[in-house]
Amino acid sequence: MPIRVQTEDFDFAAELAQLRLANPKIGAVVSFLGTVRDLNDGSSVAQMELEHYPGMTEKALAAIVAQAKQRWEIFDALVIHRIGPLLPLDQIVLVAVTSAHRGDAFAACEYIIDYLKTEAPFWKKEHTDQGARWVDARSSDDEALAKWEQDGLPLPMRESKK
Amino acid sequence: MIEHENAMKIELRFFASLREALKLSQEVLELPETVTTVGDVRSYLRARGGVWADALADGRALRMAFNQELANADTVLTDGGEVAFFPPVTGG
Repeated sequence: MPIRVQTEDFDFAAELAQLRLANPKIGAVVSFLGTVRDLNDGSSVAQMELEHYPGMTEKALAAIVAQAKQRWEIFDALVIHRIGPLLPLDQIVLVAVTSAHRGDAFAACEYIIDYLKTEAPFWKKEHTDQGARWVDARSSDDEALAKWEQDGLPLPMRESKK
Repeated sequence: MIEHENAMKIELRFFASLREALKLSQEVLELPETVTTVGDVRSYLRARGGVWADALADGRALRMAFNQELANADTVLTDGGEVAFFPPVTGG
């Protein structure tokens, strides 16, 4: 399960091709591509900066992917997340999942990005016309996790639930 | 001096808005015997006062990690471990 945290851009099509050509049993590839918007909370965003926690980031992403592999029949998952300065329209994150059939691939891909957004240690700082500001976590991201917790499986990174 | 011979040392890491507020990204901390959990470290640092008291206040929604895994206030420390404090994450 390749996991990469990098400053440089990536080739979306080449990454998906490499992932899907690795195994002729693959019948479905589902991907999520996150990109930088030029507007957030009413301010125009000129630039974004992504900070992370080297070491923990990779461990957190690996744990999330491992959890997805336990829950669904998937062959592989790819996560690429960029760090450093980014501009509107830039690619910021890619999650791609392969499986025999689409159902597992859709679910696993959504699961991975939902947990990435709440458990992987990345932080966004926006440069707007009103100055620089750290982006606040969204409660909608926490709510997105609720649908995955209903079957009582443990969260990937928590030692114990509250 | 004798009581310090067995003192635990941990590495502290701070990220994002917290790092900026404290003007510090990392620090090595020798722990008094009373500090045994991640929550204890937070209280201990808060007692430094000033920006520490404010940035690590109980009401602040901070995440904590021990040895690069999410932790809670009850997570027990071990010598040479790494304790990190940071705001809720906003990647993706």
